[in-house]
Amino acid sequence: MSLLGAITLLPLGVALVLLAIPREEESLHRGIGLATTLLVFVLSLFLLPGLEPTQWNSVVDWAWVPSLGIHFKLAVDGISVFLVILTAFLTPIALLSSWSAVSKRVREFVITMLVLETGMLGAFAAVDLFVFYVFWEVMLIPMYFLIGIWGGDRRLYASIKFVLYTMVGSLLMLVAILYLYVKHHEVAQTWSFDYDDLRRLILSPHEQLACFIAFAAAFCIKVPLFPLHTWLPDAHVEAPTAGSVILAGVLLKFGTYGLLRFAMPLFPQAVELCAPVIAVLAVIGIIYGSLVAWVQTDVKKLIAYSSVAHLGMVVLGLMAWNGRGIDGAMLIMLAHGVSTGGLFLAIGVLYERRHTRRMDEFGGIASQMPGFAGVFLVIMLASVGLPGLAGFPGEFLTLLGSFDSYRTWRAAGVPAMFGAGSHPKLLTAFAATGVILSAVYLLWMFQKVMFGPNANPKNHGLRDLSVREWAVFAPILVGAFWLGLFPGTFLDRIDPAVTATIQQFHQKYAEAPESGVTPRLMGAARTTATGSTVGAVNGARLQPAGMAGGAQ
Amino acid sequence: METDFPLYLIPLLPLAGAAINLLVGKRISRGGVAAIACTSVAMAAVLGWKAAWLLFQSEPSAILTARFFDGDWIHATESHGIGSLHIQAGLLLDRLSAVMVLVITTVGFLIHLYSTAYMEEDKNFNRYFGYLNLFTGAMLILVLGDSLPVTFVGWEGVGLCSYLLIGFWFDKEANAYAGRKAFIVNRVGDFGFLLGMFLIFSATSTLSYRDLASQQSVVALHHVWFAKASIATVAGLLLFVGATGKSAQLPLYVWLPDAMAGPTPVSALIHAATMVTAGVYMIARLHFLFEIDPFVLAVIASVGALTALFAATIGITQKPIKKILAYSTVSQLGFMFIGVGTKAYDAGVFHLVTHAFFKAGLFLGAGSIMHALSGEEDVTKMGGLRAKMPITRWTFLVYCLAIAGIFPFAGFFSKDAILAGAWSFDVAEMPEWPHWLGHAIYFVGLSAAFMTAFYMFRAYFLVFHGEFRGDHHTWDHAHESPPAMTLPLVVLAIGSAALGFLGMPEAFHKDWNLFEQWLVPANFAPMVGEEHASTEWALMAVATVVAGAGIFLAYRLYYRGISPTAVAIKDALPRLYKVVFNKYWVDEIYDSSVVRPLRSLAFVLWKGVDALFIDLILVRGSAFVVDLVGRGVRYLQSGDVQRYMAAVLLGTAAIIAVSANWVACTGAPFDVEQHGADVTVRAHGMPSGPAARPLEFSFDFGDGTPPVKQSTPTVRHHYDVHGRRRLTVNVLDPRWDIRSSDSRTVVIP
Repeated sequence: MSLLGAITLLPLGVALVLLAIPREEESLHRGIGLATTLLVFVLSLFLLPGLEPTQWNSVVDWAWVPSLGIHFKLAVDGISVFLVILTAFLTPIALLSSWSAVSKRVREFVITMLVLETGMLGAFAAVDLFVFYVFWEVMLIPMYFLIGIWGGDRRLYASIKFVLYTMVGSLLMLVAILYLYVKHHEVAQTWSFDYDDLRRLILSPHEQLACFIAFAAAFCIKVPLFPLHTWLPDAHVEAPTAGSVILAGVLLKFGTYGLLRFAMPLFPQAVELCAPVIAVLAVIGIIYGSLVAWVQTDVKKLIAYSSVAHLGMVVLGLMAWNGRGIDGAMLIMLAHGVSTGGLFLAIGVLYERRHTRRMDEFGGIASQMPGFAGVFLVIMLASVGLPGLAGFPGEFLTLLGSFDSYRTWRAAGVPAMFGAGSHPKLLTAFAATGVILSAVYLLWMFQKVMFGPNANPKNHGLRDLSVREWAVFAPILVGAFWLGLFPGTFLDRIDPAVTATIQQFHQKYAEAPESGVTPRLMGAARTTATGSTVGAVNGARLQPAGMAGGAQ
Repeated sequence: METDFPLYLIPLLPLAGAAINLLVGKRISRGGVAAIACTSVAMAAVLGWKAAWLLFQSEPSAILTARFFDGDWIHATESHGIGSLHIQAGLLLDRLSAVMVLVITTVGFLIHLYSTAYMEEDKNFNRYFGYLNLFTGAMLILVLGDSLPVTFVGWEGVGLCSYLLIGFWFDKEANAYAGRKAFIVNRVGDFGFLLGMFLIFSATSTLSYRDLASQQSVVALHHVWFAKASIATVAGLLLFVGATGKSAQLPLYVWLPDAMAGPTPVSALIHAATMVTAGVYMIARLHFLFEIDPFVLAVIASVGALTALFAATIGITQKPIKKILAYSTVSQLGFMFIGVGTKAYDAGVFHLVTHAFFKAGLFLGAGSIMHALSGEEDVTKMGGLRAKMPITRWTFLVYCLAIAGIFPFAGFFSKDAILAGAWSFDVAEMPEWPHWLGHAIYFVGLSAAFMTAFYMFRAYFLVFHGEFRGDHHTWDHAHESPPAMTLPLVVLAIGSAALGFLGMPEAFHKDWNLFEQWLVPANFAPMVGEEHASTEWALMAVATVVAGAGIFLAYRLYYRGISPTAVAIKDALPRLYKVVFNKYWVDEIYDSSVVRPLRSLAFVLWKGVDALFIDLILVRGSAFVVDLVGRGVRYLQSGDVQRYMAAVLLGTAAIIAVSANWVACTGAPFDVEQHGADVTVRAHGMPSGPAARPLEFSFDFGDGTPPVKQSTPTVRHHYDVHGRRRLTVNVLDPRWDIRSSDSRTVVIP
């Protein structure tokens, strides 16, 4: 078993062991859970040395259901490896943060978190669509329990809403996966769910569109993209702190990761048609999420809406589909995991002390809890996208990429993308208002909670961060600075993988489905009516058009 | 110049000081905190002077470079259509940034020193010095950055420190609000800065200053974008939006007066001497870009002139001494923009330097006064303090003479250079602007200079002359400040008195303008169209007379306290006074035209769109429909085989019908142009330009002629019949097999 397999399955294995330990041993459960997740994090760092960003690394490949061509296949490349690490990074933090906040059903809580971790790691590492789907559903259930058991007052409503929303999308995706599976068999005469196999399948434009919409529905709900976002504020408000951290930090990234890994590379012709629409929705989400965040009274809800805005920025970068856009989107995903995860942790600290999250209950906390104020400030600024902290490099690259998306697409021979009727420069200008708006709502919240006179007597005597809480925040702060100051650590691996993904996309796009029989596999020999090979004709379109002088 | 000078230490030293003071400052004694803060800046200053000395010894175009770390800070590969992105964490010291570094570290050190006494009593001593050091480090990154993104790091970093220091005493809601306002208004400017960067990168594939200045990049920036605007026009205007935010120009100046909520040394350092000049620096740094379209320069100069006048009028009426100084700063920044906007870059930067000295001095003097009067700010409640505070008084007088532009104080030379530049501003290349633009800017600047002299001496006389107008308790308590505060005052006063001689006008002697000789040959093209010496003498004479008139007026009205004449003038113009005293209600206008509508919109989005439309109608509504349908179809489950068979048959028939006639109607809008019986039909709304793919159009004119089928969207037709005819356009997209059609009626006469 490769390192990746061990990392993925370890939490699940430990969860099974925990079942054998009596439930009264609460600290033992907590301790084992924390030790396991920490071990997973340390092990996950060993994926980095010698990583080949454009290859599958640390491959696990077990025949699972051979007759159906299902392989338990896990692997990471430069894109997924950091999402695996992010997951392994945030899970122990989430566990440690709930050390005293969760006091009922501790054993079940730890087991839920461990199963959730396996689900998340597996879904990021899966390179077989069946396995991906299984893990995708596996992580849904523990999240449902996290909200439904350890959540707030309206936890049932929120958990059911969360599950139903997600299920609608994932069922559509399942249908599309099966469709691909059958079509691939039609051409290749072998049954396979393997991502590398299915990626070579070229479908007709109509089929692509239908399958893309099915995949994109699942992922856009998860992101969540405006207007599919209303499950998120409810889920966050009701979820316990640990649940919110995982939900915002990791689960939302499955939406954007899925778009980048599956929905877009599999169906390039459909992307051509849909990307402008999704990009516009993403920009609406940025502005809409920011504005709605600004008028919230519940701090957690404010941060939930800020996630809609931040993830809108990620989707915008993905739709730009050039190196800068996708690199930036990846960086925002990581930064958002750290900064928004951190914001939820900070609110958790206040909630644990005061059992409220209403802004008007607070004020002047900074003089009461100076250490906490400093931590909260740094995390808040990382979320605002201050240069030098986590948010900036990603936002900068994303906006820069989206600004030029029209030119990069045109040079790659994809004319319709961001073409007539949608102006990427104008769209980017609207998206960049998010830079102003994020400062508006986050500074507003920070002032209401932390500044002003400490007038509410209930806030007198709140104690500053404990040693355990410092241990929770320390890695978040390190992450916030590291991502802002040395994004190269990540880009060195992300960028080659992204470049390869883009090139494969354009290669596939160039083998246009309208000039041949579909379905077929990429690279299959075929000729057009005039006798020349299509590959050669389309190959010419792959040539960069060179510097076009800066204007459209 | 190939040296391994550790340029990166210049910003890193203050940053390290900040880290120590913020992280462990609570455990260090106050003396230790102050020592760390002051030493780190002093060491940066020494390094800065050393680096400047290295430049001084070399040829004018010599530069020093360094990097914080090897490799790229941010990079992204592009495979199609555009260059890859590489941004290094690089620093660049040339003669322009050297001037800035010296101002920041020297004035910065003096203000650190002053603060050790001024903030002595504060319980958050370490936090204060941590922020102050952090600011110094960020400001040094801003001026040393070798590319726009690195500058942007400092640019936002100083904004952050400004936010933190304005709201330093955050226990008062108003201070926290002022800090937030400053950050957000600055972010509005940064929005322009970012878009400007994107546009420049899009055209040139680089953001580093040295590459941008290359021939190739400048050619790319010349590229006409739309109408007559080039890339450089739009990018220049966008960057200037950033400058108006940071440097408090119209219309984004509103945060600076409120910024006075912070400790006074902060106002001196950040909101007078250094941060607010960042916009001027940026324009001087990128002057080659702004010069591409003189239209942009004219905009900059005009905005600067208007701001100079506008803020000066407000300054006349203000009572708190820091507010007077704040509006004065806005006004003086306007002068600097006149300088850089009229291509008198050396004059603009020179005024930046002299202003840093006299305005920092004015603020520190104001701090010294407030220190003596237990925090009293209102000049109408002061008076006669010359007896109690001789050092503060004499230094304050020097600063006032300098800012008023009296020979031979520093402001005289720098302001004169700016006004001379405006007078000779060449508008020949700008057909859009009137030929008298330069002269108009000159007169506006002159009026502002008159008001400057007036309001500064109004403040000076009200504070130091006449009788004390506060309560005697405060008077008894008033005292001169300790040496740590007066020493910086004296040093700054010496600078304010003597610095002007670095930039003597050519009229005095051809080779005496040392400042111009330092900056211009290396950084800027030499000025063309220099004025004759006689004109220059005349301009200087006029400026001196105007400043003297301002001082004289202030003397008549305020020398012995607020004279009855001053009150009478105020009472004679009640409306005008009210408008100006209330700062033209600009804050209120912004609040009611931008902030409140946006917040209302946000409420509507939340309650209307989110809660009502999406959640209630769509989400719960679909649940309701599913529930309803479920209840409904329950009755279909009747167990009656005949009904089942009938349903199967109907279903089959429906499937056949639908699949045989599948038409996706998306509409095919078209225009009709009619001249009698001749019509021209033009279909539109189709993908056009590069997005176009071959579409098949079919036009049916409804007059019995066979439909015209073609692949172009335009067709002409002549009707041989009369009356109302139905005109139909069918469009087929072969790739998607989407058919759409639209029709309308035409009347043939």
